[in-house]
Amino acid sequence: MHDWPLLSLIIFLPLVGVGFILLIRGEGETQNRNIRNVALWTSLATFVLSTLLWTNFDSSTAAFQFEEKLPWISAFDIYYHLGVDGISVFFVLLSTLLTPICVLASWEAIQKHVREYMIAFLVLETFMVGMFCALDFILFYVFFEGVLIPMFLIIGIWGGPRRIYAAFKFFLYTLAGSVLMLLAILTIFFYADTFDIPTLMTTRLPLEMQYWLWLAFMASFAVKVPMWPVHTWLPDAHVEAPTAGSVILAGVLLKMGAYGFLRFSIPLLPEASVYFTPLIYSLSIIAIIYTSLVALAQTDMKKLIAYSSVAHMGFVTIGIFAGNTQSVEGAIVVMLSHGFVSAALFLCVGVVYDRIHSREISDYGGLVHRMPLYAFVFMVFMMASVGLPGTSGFVGEFLVLLGVFQANTWVAFLAATGIILGAAYMLWMYRRVIFGELTKDTLKRILDLSPREILVFAPLILLVFWMGIYPEPFLDVLHESVGQLVERYELARIASENLALAGH
Amino acid sequence: MLANLHPDLFLALPEIFLALAAMALLMVGVYQKEEARGGILLAAVLAIVVTLLLVPYRMGDGATAFGGLYISDGFSAFLKILVLLGTALTLVMAHAYNEREGFARFEYPILILFAAVGMLMMLSANDLLSLYMGLELQSLSLYVVASIRRDSLRATEAGLKYFVLGALASGMLLYGASMIYGFTGTTNFDSLAAQLIDMNGSPPPIGIVVGIVFLLAGLAFKVSAVPFHMWTPDVYEGAPTPVTAFLSVAPKIAAIGLLLRVLMGPFEALIVQWQQIIIVVSIASMVLGALAAINQTNIKRLMAYSAIGHIGYAFVGLAAGSEAGIRGVLVYMAIYLFMNVGTFCCILCMRRKGRMTEEIADLAGIGKTNPVIALAMAIFMFSMAGIPPLAGFFGKLYVFLAAIDAELYALAIIGVLTSVVGAYYYLRIVRVMYFEEAEDGLDRAVGREVLFILGSTAAVTLLFFAYPGPLLDVAAVAASALFAG
Repeated sequence: MHDWPLLSLIIFLPLVGVGFILLIRGEGETQNRNIRNVALWTSLATFVLSTLLWTNFDSSTAAFQFEEKLPWISAFDIYYHLGVDGISVFFVLLSTLLTPICVLASWEAIQKHVREYMIAFLVLETFMVGMFCALDFILFYVFFEGVLIPMFLIIGIWGGPRRIYAAFKFFLYTLAGSVLMLLAILTIFFYADTFDIPTLMTTRLPLEMQYWLWLAFMASFAVKVPMWPVHTWLPDAHVEAPTAGSVILAGVLLKMGAYGFLRFSIPLLPEASVYFTPLIYSLSIIAIIYTSLVALAQTDMKKLIAYSSVAHMGFVTIGIFAGNTQSVEGAIVVMLSHGFVSAALFLCVGVVYDRIHSREISDYGGLVHRMPLYAFVFMVFMMASVGLPGTSGFVGEFLVLLGVFQANTWVAFLAATGIILGAAYMLWMYRRVIFGELTKDTLKRILDLSPREILVFAPLILLVFWMGIYPEPFLDVLHESVGQLVERYELARIASENLALAGH
Repeated sequence: MLANLHPDLFLALPEIFLALAAMALLMVGVYQKEEARGGILLAAVLAIVVTLLLVPYRMGDGATAFGGLYISDGFSAFLKILVLLGTALTLVMAHAYNEREGFARFEYPILILFAAVGMLMMLSANDLLSLYMGLELQSLSLYVVASIRRDSLRATEAGLKYFVLGALASGMLLYGASMIYGFTGTTNFDSLAAQLIDMNGSPPPIGIVVGIVFLLAGLAFKVSAVPFHMWTPDVYEGAPTPVTAFLSVAPKIAAIGLLLRVLMGPFEALIVQWQQIIIVVSIASMVLGALAAINQTNIKRLMAYSAIGHIGYAFVGLAAGSEAGIRGVLVYMAIYLFMNVGTFCCILCMRRKGRMTEEIADLAGIGKTNPVIALAMAIFMFSMAGIPPLAGFFGKLYVFLAAIDAELYALAIIGVLTSVVGAYYYLRIVRVMYFEEAEDGLDRAVGREVLFILGSTAAVTLLFFAYPGPLLDVAAVAASALFAG
């Protein structure tokens, strides 16, 4: 099995599907059905293939596995270099899991330009998976930026009324941050003479250079995460994107920023990361408390979930920069858990949106009377988002708080208030949508989940409980890679403390 | 005598062949009936293709001819191939358009051929005099071509504007050349280089610096770099679309090549002096190209500002003044050629009910009505915005690599930020095509040859990432030729 270029297969299989979709000819509905089927089966096959990564993963080492290395642009020593370690393997799985779910969720909701829609999602999958596997900086950047094109089109073509504004804002915000990162990558190249990420992880960059590079990386990742105050593109993009677009956006694209911090900022620039940790703490705390309060005031369900995403990602950034084993593992678990919980919440909104075409909380009420199954599914994900013990959300947030408490008690205290606020806005929204009397005429004949929708939610519910009750299989894979990361970070912290002492 | 002349003639075979072919076609054209015009265009394209094959065959290794006036090396060969490719593609594109719009004069392909001869001469110039000769042959042909539609008010205005401003720029260039001659006593690039290196770091006479400034001003006009860009939007808009397509690629590439040779050849020793000018011009071009394009409603005007911006990015590589920088510029121009020819193919397809249209608003909804054109256009627009994995990204990557290597951090930062602003107006076209509702769409009837060029340039732009090695290697050889001497 190890002789197979497994990662390349996973990355480019969706493009094979694109090729097939381009070939499909036919009339109206038959054609659309064929296109949907090809997209679904391609993405399912990709997912099945990617599970091989997990089953064959050797969790006793922190090294990169399933490596592939081919010369790409020899003039500048740029390689087509792929590989995964404990940190990235789950993000690959998350991407390949969410894509078929997105295809399935768009089965009936998308009726115009079906061909282009499915192509956009499959291309997006290629870029997402490629980004998490890339071990060459230029290759990484190509995938990282390439994501913008299909996402821009998804928001712009199939989005809501203000989709054009949202698509442009999304694109330009992200691009502005990323180009600065590109310059940082090039600067590193001229210092270290390589674009190879594993080599760079063991290279020590000079301190004064690190600060600037760190800020350039921050410009890119902070927009992606998104951190306060550059988070404003997110609510717009989420609200206007079609349901599946929101799912990918919340599920995977937001993780790209945090993944960048984990993969680049901390290993490559550890001293600068230590130096800027207070900045990250402050921005994240503001994000958690401020956006939670903003979420309380939202009348639009998607916007509320979007703001809650910003708050959850605040936990992630705190956890990453607190820099001990618990907090970093917690951050990754929060990312994964948020990946499918927020995705599922957007799907929940999508379910009722498909029926009533409204996302206003005030347009709903008493859904439990007509849609008991839906009420249950919604409740599971709502509780997971709040962080109820037994769900995946709890494991991550608990680990983060545990780790952060050791690093900085005040930060832990302030972050914990975010959990309380989170419970407040989620429960309140749930009450207004699901409970109460069913008075609205539009809701009198609303139907419960269809078999297709149950199929969409079932794997996600399973994951929420699996990760919540027995997270060991996930944490096992993480241990070695995170351990190595934390070790390096710890050394940098001690070094800079000594430096500070010497300065006095 | 003849024995002496012979190797010289042999070295300059591509130019000589093309010039003879143009003259022969002119004779044929004069004595032919009106109906044979299509044949002349075809013959012109054939002549270019033959020249295209002669260029690598006759590529000298820095050998000079005609008493040092002419040089043939890998650098000139690389750019000549680009220029000839651009010329051939735009000529083929013009065919159907010219027929349809009723100005298919046989002079058109012949004038283009003469312009091409001029451009080849520019690229092989090794002396200020041969430089000027090549430049003028090219410019004079272009002035006429720009206003070839003589009954159109806009086209004649464009031609006149181009001529007046172009003549002014030529004057400046000539003045700069005479200053340089006055202070050094030579016009030959090799002896200029030798003299300036001999000065060994002592500040050069002020006259030479003034001369270089004038020379640069003249050349900056030809590549439409800010602040000598004023003619560009008007000429782009006024000239017939195939002419604009031609103007936007071949002469730009030739002039950039000339600029590279002049600055990296004879004046390499004065890099401290000219580098500042190039940096300022580069920043000004990138900023103006990005900002002024935002409000354009005419797609040809938009392309004019886009071209100004692209020249700014090419100058980033030039400002680095290193071999890597020159290689970056060469790669950039090659990719620019494909993107630009492709985009103009799309513009040529913009016809509604038999009439050409140039308004961006007329592209509304063609993602649905004309999916092929829309897809190609979207590829070019994302590529021009520099979004990976499309070719335009790699062009920008190499020039910024060189800039970072030369520690021009401010220039690089301004450059990438203006590319974000620029992305806005490229995306605006994608938006109009895909996000807005369709009206009637464009006419379906698109010429076969236009569709072919459209498809091949789009494929190159889209798939460049898969196999970028060859272009980079060839560009590396070309760039090293400039540094060998």
